Amino acid sequence: MSDEQDHKLEAKSDYVADASSVSTPDIDAVPAAELPDQELYHSHSWWTTYVFSQDAKYIGIQYALTAIGTGLLGLVLSWLMRIQLAFPGLGWLEPSSYYQFVTMHGMIMVVYLLTALFLGGFGNLLIPLMCGARDMAFPYVNMLSYWAFVVAVLVLLASFFVPGGPTGAGWTLYPPQAITAGTPGYNGGIILMLISLILFVAGFTMGGLNYIITVLQLRARGMTLMRMPLTIWGIFTATVLAMFAFPALLVGCLMMTLDSLLGTSFFMPAMVSLGEKLTHEGGSPILFQHLFWFFGHPEVYIVALPAFGIVSDLLSVHSRKTIFGYRMMVWAIVGIGALSFFVWAHHMYVSGMNPWFGFFFATTTLIIAVPTAIKVYNWILTLWRGNIQLSLPMLFSLGFIVTFLNGGLTGLFLGNVTVDVPLSDTYFVVAHFHMVMGIAPILVIFGAIYHWYPLITGRMMDETLGKIHFWITFLGSYAIYFPMHYQGFVGVPRRYFEIYDSPYIDTSTLLLNKFITIAVLIVGAAQLLFLYNLFASARLGKKSEKNPWKANSLEWQTPQMPPEHGNWGKELPKVYRWPYDFSVPGAKEDYIPQNQPPSEIIGAKVEKT
Amino acid sequence: MSDSSLENLPKGWKSVPSDLGSDQTAFKGVQWGKAMMWIFLLSDTFIFSCFLISYMKGRASTVVDWPNTSHVFSLDFMGVPVPLLLIAIMTFVLITSSGTMALAVKYGYEKNRKMCGHLILATAIGGLIFVGMQAFEWSKLIHEGVRPWSNPFGAGQFGSYFFMITGFHGTHVSIGVIFLFIFARKVYRGDFDKGRRGFFTTMKSDYVSIEILGLYWHFVDLVWVFIFAFFYLW
Repeated sequence: MSDEQDHKLEAKSDYVADASSVSTPDIDAVPAAELPDQELYHSHSWWTTYVFSQDAKYIGIQYALTAIGTGLLGLVLSWLMRIQLAFPGLGWLEPSSYYQFVTMHGMIMVVYLLTALFLGGFGNLLIPLMCGARDMAFPYVNMLSYWAFVVAVLVLLASFFVPGGPTGAGWTLYPPQAITAGTPGYNGGIILMLISLILFVAGFTMGGLNYIITVLQLRARGMTLMRMPLTIWGIFTATVLAMFAFPALLVGCLMMTLDSLLGTSFFMPAMVSLGEKLTHEGGSPILFQHLFWFFGHPEVYIVALPAFGIVSDLLSVHSRKTIFGYRMMVWAIVGIGALSFFVWAHHMYVSGMNPWFGFFFATTTLIIAVPTAIKVYNWILTLWRGNIQLSLPMLFSLGFIVTFLNGGLTGLFLGNVTVDVPLSDTYFVVAHFHMVMGIAPILVIFGAIYHWYPLITGRMMDETLGKIHFWITFLGSYAIYFPMHYQGFVGVPRRYFEIYDSPYIDTSTLLLNKFITIAVLIVGAAQLLFLYNLFASARLGKKSEKNPWKANSLEWQTPQMPPEHGNWGKELPKVYRWPYDFSVPGAKEDYIPQNQPPSEIIGAKVEKT
Repeated sequence: MSDSSLENLPKGWKSVPSDLGSDQTAFKGVQWGKAMMWIFLLSDTFIFSCFLISYMKGRASTVVDWPNTSHVFSLDFMGVPVPLLLIAIMTFVLITSSGTMALAVKYGYEKNRKMCGHLILATAIGGLIFVGMQAFEWSKLIHEGVRPWSNPFGAGQFGSYFFMITGFHGTHVSIGVIFLFIFARKVYRGDFDKGRRGFFTTMKSDYVSIEILGLYWHFVDLVWVFIFAFFYLW
């Protein structure tokens, strides 16, 4: 910026300062309140406070703990699978158990951990606080949403205990095999899985309506959409995607339940099974794939967009710098969300659909790379010449950028039909999606937990344990997934329960499998450190200051920290600017909270936002 | 809500950027519950679209011919099979109930408790008649041998899609009828005038709830028009 421009800015703020000292200080004016203050539900007993809570903060924590608990099961399942893959000679797992674990691991991680944690957990905790509301719009419905989720999880877990065990159809649950003899859990586990998903969708819809309405209708005075933290933009857009994507899953699940229980043939063609002709005929298996992926691809972004949003805020706060290109970031989030509904069939290149479809979907898929790349550039430019604090949230955010870039680039390979066909169903695909929608969002989740932990408990998590956790998790993930890219290139197929020495499999694969498994065990064990840190710090952690990261967004500006019921005490906050005013020239502190009135920061060269 | 601050807002298309660029609310003067119902209905639209698109795909790709619908859905009237007779009456009843619902909303806002309650009750009865006739149609088809997995007239998918989609719609109507009865009672009791607190939510009642229920009811009718077109006219 030239000196002349600097001078002009200063002159302008001088003028403002003069005006305020003479006449009434109406530079602090915000639009009048449109709505009366929200009426809150006040709990009267232990049950209504901690169990059937209607306070979004408690519901968020309930969601998060349930999701993490379920996710731990997914983690243990991955250990069991990896041990089987590394030592096929041991006979550690039955083939059927292996498939069941693959399926449950996938479904748990994608739906019951990531979706529930980002939207149910962080959504509930952060939306009212960051928008400056007292609670969600419909606290009672919000409570129902959580309990529907609990029932969904219980039904899912119940499938481990039915005859035949959980379904082994793979997380995509493709018919006809999902409900045909020969697939584990084809007549018991799959039904529970489908019912569980239907319950999850119902529960999520109740929560999602809350998130959307709270963001659209319950913002504080002065909080325009373009002053919302990107976290809220990410969660909001992801919720909108979920509201439109989950219906396809619901319909697919319902139809498959009927196929299995009533003997209809929505997805079932005429088949011979165990030497007998089945009664099904005339159904279309491809139809399920379309329904599933119309849900499944937006689902990737339901997980990714909140991560994008959260990481933008973490990077900005912990490098004490304005987010680069805020508006572009918002439009990129919205654009990615919209495009995600037009790419689903890139998961179906080898399904036998019309090749012209593949051409169309490859094009739309590659177009998504544009807004995504904008986001990655903007994150890097946010860091550029920032005052980077290597705190735990920052470390995890940096880990996210690298990992997301890695996973994103392999996505470009797989988005092209001609490259995808030979790579389809190999470990390359496994490595790609674990990098891009497994490790990358999980790193953000860790960063976010370290960042917002003081907001929940009033204490900090242990830094040293956190750093050990970070380095093992970050480097370990690369030890796990980099070799898998190579395995994919040499053609090792995924979903094989036993890879042994054969002319078709490269010998290096066997050794790599052992290496990967050791890395998996170590990385998994490191998560125990995290869990210890998470629970022990609630009691033993260092007491946190009121705004430990010196952040601008509203959640740190509550009268009490941690915020109490109703969040804001007597008076709701008024918002004067966006949450990214860090290191503003002329300001006393290197941060200016969103609710600090302009009259208190006269002389600071704040951009108008 | 202070309506004076809302009166000076720009009207028409200009209101879109101005509302979205403003603070506090994106839909000015719209009650939360009403906005929620709109978004829920949008989501529900996706559910019904998925059903109907699946139906089109399923119908297009069966190996056996689709049954002749004008034959399957005809009703004997004084010895003559009249196609679409029952369904015409059902559709008429349901659309009429939409009309009574709209009037109920109007009388609700006018605080005319009696008329409002009567009209909600009329709507509920209309819905009940619809569900009853649907049950009659289902039992007639079942007597003729139509099953979810097969039927004597052609492709087995006919019964599958028919029972699933009309059943899903019928469930929507039934849920609506239950709520209409509950709301009729609340109106007669004067809950909305007194702002009586909800049994579950503990929030104050307001006549806007009737409009919200009305939105749902109109949506269910609208979906029926599409189901009608796709199943009975195609």
